[in-house]
Amino acid sequence: MKDKKLKIKNKRSKTSRIEEVITLAHGSGGRLMHELVKKLCRKFSNKILNELSDAAELKVENRRLSFSTDSYVVKPLFFPGGDIGKLAVCGTVNDISMKGARPLFISLSFIIEEGFKLSILEKISDSIRKEAKSSDVAVVTGDIKVVEKGAADKLFINTSGIGVINYKGRVGSKAKPGDVIIINGPIAEHGLAILNARQSLGFKSRIKSDCRNLSFAVARCLRASKKISVMRDPTRGGLATTLNEIALSSNLGIEINEKCIPITISARRLCDILGFDPLYIANEGKFVCFVDEKDALKVKKAMGRASRIIGRTTKVHKRQVFLKTGIGSDRILPMLEGEPLPRIC
Amino acid sequence: MIKGKIKLMEVCGTHTMAIAASGIKKVLPKTIELISGPGCPVCVTSQSDIDRAVEIARIKDVIMVTFGDMMRVRGSFSSLDDVRRKGKDVRIVYSCLDALIIAQENPEKRVVFMGVGFETTSPTVAASILEAKRQKIKNFFVLANFKLIFPALEALSKSKKVKVDGFICPGHVSVVTGIEPYKRIARRFKKPCVITGFADSDIIKGIKILVDQIKKGKPKAEIAYRRAVKEKGNTLAQKTINRVFVVRDSFWRGLGLIKESGLKLKESYACFDAEKEFKVRLPKTREPKGCLCGKVLQGIKSPSDCRLFGKVCTPSNPVGPCMVSSEGTCAAYYKYGV
Repeated sequence: MKDKKLKIKNKRSKTSRIEEVITLAHGSGGRLMHELVKKLCRKFSNKILNELSDAAELKVENRRLSFSTDSYVVKPLFFPGGDIGKLAVCGTVNDISMKGARPLFISLSFIIEEGFKLSILEKISDSIRKEAKSSDVAVVTGDIKVVEKGAADKLFINTSGIGVINYKGRVGSKAKPGDVIIINGPIAEHGLAILNARQSLGFKSRIKSDCRNLSFAVARCLRASKKISVMRDPTRGGLATTLNEIALSSNLGIEINEKCIPITISARRLCDILGFDPLYIANEGKFVCFVDEKDALKVKKAMGRASRIIGRTTKVHKRQVFLKTGIGSDRILPMLEGEPLPRIC
Repeated sequence: MIKGKIKLMEVCGTHTMAIAASGIKKVLPKTIELISGPGCPVCVTSQSDIDRAVEIARIKDVIMVTFGDMMRVRGSFSSLDDVRRKGKDVRIVYSCLDALIIAQENPEKRVVFMGVGFETTSPTVAASILEAKRQKIKNFFVLANFKLIFPALEALSKSKKVKVDGFICPGHVSVVTGIEPYKRIARRFKKPCVITGFADSDIIKGIKILVDQIKKGKPKAEIAYRRAVKEKGNTLAQKTINRVFVVRDSFWRGLGLIKESGLKLKESYACFDAEKEFKVRLPKTREPKGCLCGKVLQGIKSPSDCRLFGKVCTPSNPVGPCMVSSEGTCAAYYKYGV
């Protein structure tokens, strides 16, 4: 049997693929990206990196720091509920916060395509200033590069940032068995808002991106409980992919209940029309918290009024996420495969 | 009374997905089996139709436009996505009218819309062609690979290879066609047909009605999706189809040649027909080795019977069309671990 399998593989590699190239699916946050990240990380392997969480936890002279970087290439630059500038601050601030840290400083780099209007750049910079101020972080260093027309799409931004961890416990990537999973509000809004704006699908939708800074909500949670094991913001790949990553890194099973997952009616309907599963759609202002059952209600309260308990971790079906469906059945909830595209009929 | 298992076929790809996503199969009694049918337009598009699209996309100054799912389906040698990666202009649209806009914006190029789909999709394409004619757009062409679902249902009902006791009929298609064509199938082949919506409760209701009919031994066509489907369907859409298209024989992946099961452009609209505009030489068609998509589409085999399934063939690296399409049976089985 083994030989047979091998044969199929060999044949396929001869006849089918040209050279393997990076596709958009590699950047969609799903399984392919996960594999690519792992492959590349092997080259730089070290204890801190191997955790593969959104931010690195560093120990410097008895202080614990959280350090993270992210690039922003969102298209269009302005979308309902935000713009690339706001996103660039919130995204990095949120990644730092997910380690249980208080974000302090960020860097800011622009890559600008020749011909880009200065007025728009100033507008975006104003948005960055505003968001940094309200997030209580300072932009302390930066860089500008301009590339010839066609070498970049209008504007790309990179931000990196550091924060300091004062939390007694350790918020990492490993959940504990029996942890309760809480999310702070309705899912899928950022992805849908961008998609609707980008593709000019022509749906008059009120959906706005949920893009916002989470550091204060995180701080409230940290004050509420000392038993938080994991915090993570489900961005690209959506809630389903984030939960899968946590199931893998914790070597535990996860069970969530479809009925408990918050989603607005308008987001649900837009997903139905386009044939998307909201569990795979990006969020920019949501986070999930894995916490000991005893403290679950306290943390839920700290996470805000829209927060919901969506499930828990289990010792059975390790490394997999199971979804209890609306009709009382259950099924596997896998990672995102490929790039989500709307259906055609 | 009923002997053995009741086999119900969900014809539509959207049903296949909805059934897998809600886990309905797990809560059904063991005596009811759901099998997936040929109702995913991407999956049933024949190799040679894809080959033709690929060859046309390679021609200089052509912009090939199609639906997202169609991009990655491989023909005999390559897919439209491969052609795009090699630098040709292949674009994704959500509606044929967008293709028309591309044609207006690029008057120096020839824009070809590769159209696949059933009765749900063809009216909008017909409307686009009428609009192109009204606006006298000369650089817009349609590669019509549209199919009709009823001849396929008849072929499946006649088939000796697969035993189907009843059909869970596609809600979307029925919005256009109405119930009349199903009545013919129910009468001729004694198979109950229930037009069903896509919510979990809709599907369960559809299954219940089918099982009741089978128990009573009185097969008929019924609408269990009244909030969307009317008896007569959408007559305007039907008329639009008939104005632009005529019926022709069509080749289905898995099912083979089915008489009068496809649509082509009428002579009076021949100036928009990509098949007439572009004479291309097609390679000899070649099916991927070991791929069971053809049998899966007929409901003879289940994806898990396929040696390639989940090992060589995954949604990120699909071999057959049923894995490419977001509504394909293999994709549903892979994604939801059915």
